[in-house]
Amino acid sequence: MSYDAPIKELGETSLLPEGTTRNDVTETIAGVTENPAPRGWWFLFLLSVSVLGVMGAALAYLFIQGIGVWGNNAPVYWAWDITNFVWWIGIGHAGTLISAILFLFRQKWRTSINRFAEAMTVFAVLCAGLFPAIHTGRPWFDYYLFPIPNQMDMWPNFKSPLMWDVFAVSTYLTISVIFWYVGLIPDLATLRDRSKNLTRKRVYGFFALGWRGAHRHWQHYERAYLIFAGISTPLVLSVHSVVSFDFATSIVPGWHTTIFPPYFVAGAVFSGFALVMTLMLICRSIFKLHNIVTIKHLDLMNKFMLGVSLLVGYAYAMEFFIAWYSANPYEQWVFFHNRLGWGQLDSKGNLGPLWWAYYAMVFCNVIVPQIFWFKRARTSVPIMLIASILINIGMWFERFVIIVTSTYRDFLPSSWGMFHPTLIDILTYLGTFGLFFTLFLLFVRWLPMIAIAEVKGNLPGAHPDLHALQAHDEEPDAAAAPVPAE
Amino acid sequence: MANETKKPALYLAEYGTPNAIARAAMRVRDAGYQKWDCHTPYAMHGMDEAMGLKPTRIGYISFIFGMIGLATAVFMMNYTNAFSFNLLNIGAGYPLVVGGKPPGAFPSMVPIIFELGILLCGLSTFFGLLAIIKLPRHNHPIFESERFEAASDDRFFISIEVGDQKFNLDGTKALLEATDPISLELIEEEVR
Repeated sequence: MSYDAPIKELGETSLLPEGTTRNDVTETIAGVTENPAPRGWWFLFLLSVSVLGVMGAALAYLFIQGIGVWGNNAPVYWAWDITNFVWWIGIGHAGTLISAILFLFRQKWRTSINRFAEAMTVFAVLCAGLFPAIHTGRPWFDYYLFPIPNQMDMWPNFKSPLMWDVFAVSTYLTISVIFWYVGLIPDLATLRDRSKNLTRKRVYGFFALGWRGAHRHWQHYERAYLIFAGISTPLVLSVHSVVSFDFATSIVPGWHTTIFPPYFVAGAVFSGFALVMTLMLICRSIFKLHNIVTIKHLDLMNKFMLGVSLLVGYAYAMEFFIAWYSANPYEQWVFFHNRLGWGQLDSKGNLGPLWWAYYAMVFCNVIVPQIFWFKRARTSVPIMLIASILINIGMWFERFVIIVTSTYRDFLPSSWGMFHPTLIDILTYLGTFGLFFTLFLLFVRWLPMIAIAEVKGNLPGAHPDLHALQAHDEEPDAAAAPVPAE
Repeated sequence: MANETKKPALYLAEYGTPNAIARAAMRVRDAGYQKWDCHTPYAMHGMDEAMGLKPTRIGYISFIFGMIGLATAVFMMNYTNAFSFNLLNIGAGYPLVVGGKPPGAFPSMVPIIFELGILLCGLSTFFGLLAIIKLPRHNHPIFESERFEAASDDRFFISIEVGDQKFNLDGTKALLEATDPISLELIEEEVR
């Protein structure tokens, strides 16, 4: 069974506690959707819906007034809207990484967190997609982005990286939704079969498509799942590479860099993993999932984050090296003056006024994760919670640093300016958390947040030992002897 | 119109362990049945061999549609940005020169070619999967069984349908009984 055999079983032991049965798994995970919601869920849900309302108000004001209500202005034409876009879409990438790339590498520990991370991908990409849609100022003309035949014979310019973005992000959203839904089908069937009342049975039954766990279905299903994993892996790399092309194909110092695609992908995975960690820790404690998402899983995730933080740190260092090595004065200016705050003072006697953003980014993304070298930190829930939140803050600053500190003081000192976010900027960004968490909380409440079928497939003895069975059946009195135990 | 006439639809045998169902599946396979199936709460590896199934061909669908996606993208971008002719009256394209790149510059097309290829590949895999396994189908007679609800929890089932050439009420029952099932029932469906 080469398909079944992992490259390396982590720790060579079961990740779930000894003696966990298939029924325990069903009860624990499906129970979340069946029992009344814990008080913590209601508290978070009401809070999220309120914040979602704030987003609605901020967007309504934006549409009525135009994008002048944001702080974007010469010379910083792209500011929080694109920062938030890149940040949110990066968050989504961890979901695909966990569900697709770890699947291809046969990392079985992913089964406890993949559903969760995939849902996060879908909702994060929705939040991300909002920003390009609204930053056009007239979102009712957004259909111009697609090559729809029209009376003006007007077509998109496909040489623009912004068009590449449209295709990359919409493909990513579509494929993520499908991947997520395909994974959900068997688990929806489980919920359907456990339903006590007719409404639940009908709703779950409708979406379960009449799944009956037939092996003739599983066979195609598993291959389809493998194909989804196979295409999602290059897709996720391409999406953030394309996002980085928005910057890298320009000639702005600080953006015009060939390291951007891998640098962005590493950063995306990093922030996404951190958010998975934050959310997982909260849900695990609210819904009491300690037996499914164990400290071993969290430990592995922390090791992963430590590794990615080193990659990100390498990218930061390499950017500086190239800025110095290129001997390009504009490039060096951006890095040493705008970001590090070194060099000559400006006309008001200040150093580059946004230097603190760069230090915040390095502190959160490179220094904080180093604590995960210590096993005690990797297995301590409070430490990993704080670290994961700091990493997310740091990753937001990374995008802010790239976007704003590259443009606010570039070639011509007479064109220098400063960026200040407005209240509407802040409310819009906060509001997207409302959107994300509202969807997310509905998800954890009504859908199986952990892949029930996949977790069961990883229990010890879940798969038959055909060779032993065949040898057994070839014995003369096989029919009378009992079947070998699991 | 409640018509009470029922006819047998399938035999349903229940097992408690992966090894038990794999062993039973090999017996049913060796007896030469075709219209039968194993129902398991998760994808059980090794059952392809135990049931004697041919490898799935869903990958061909994905590949073909992925290639169609690539071709569509090449055509779309060349039509709109590199040439100027009016196909089926959807409007003529307009050769664009941006950033000093010629109208048909290939490198700038690569990202969208890739994305559309992936998009069509993914959509076709999903709809192809549903077409191959003939879902959605909400009305299967197997759902008449109350015990079958455990098939999505922790039990394993073998179903043999009446439509099979080898099926006969006594012989099939004897075959399944010899595999030591936890339960064995004959599922009936209503005749309309």
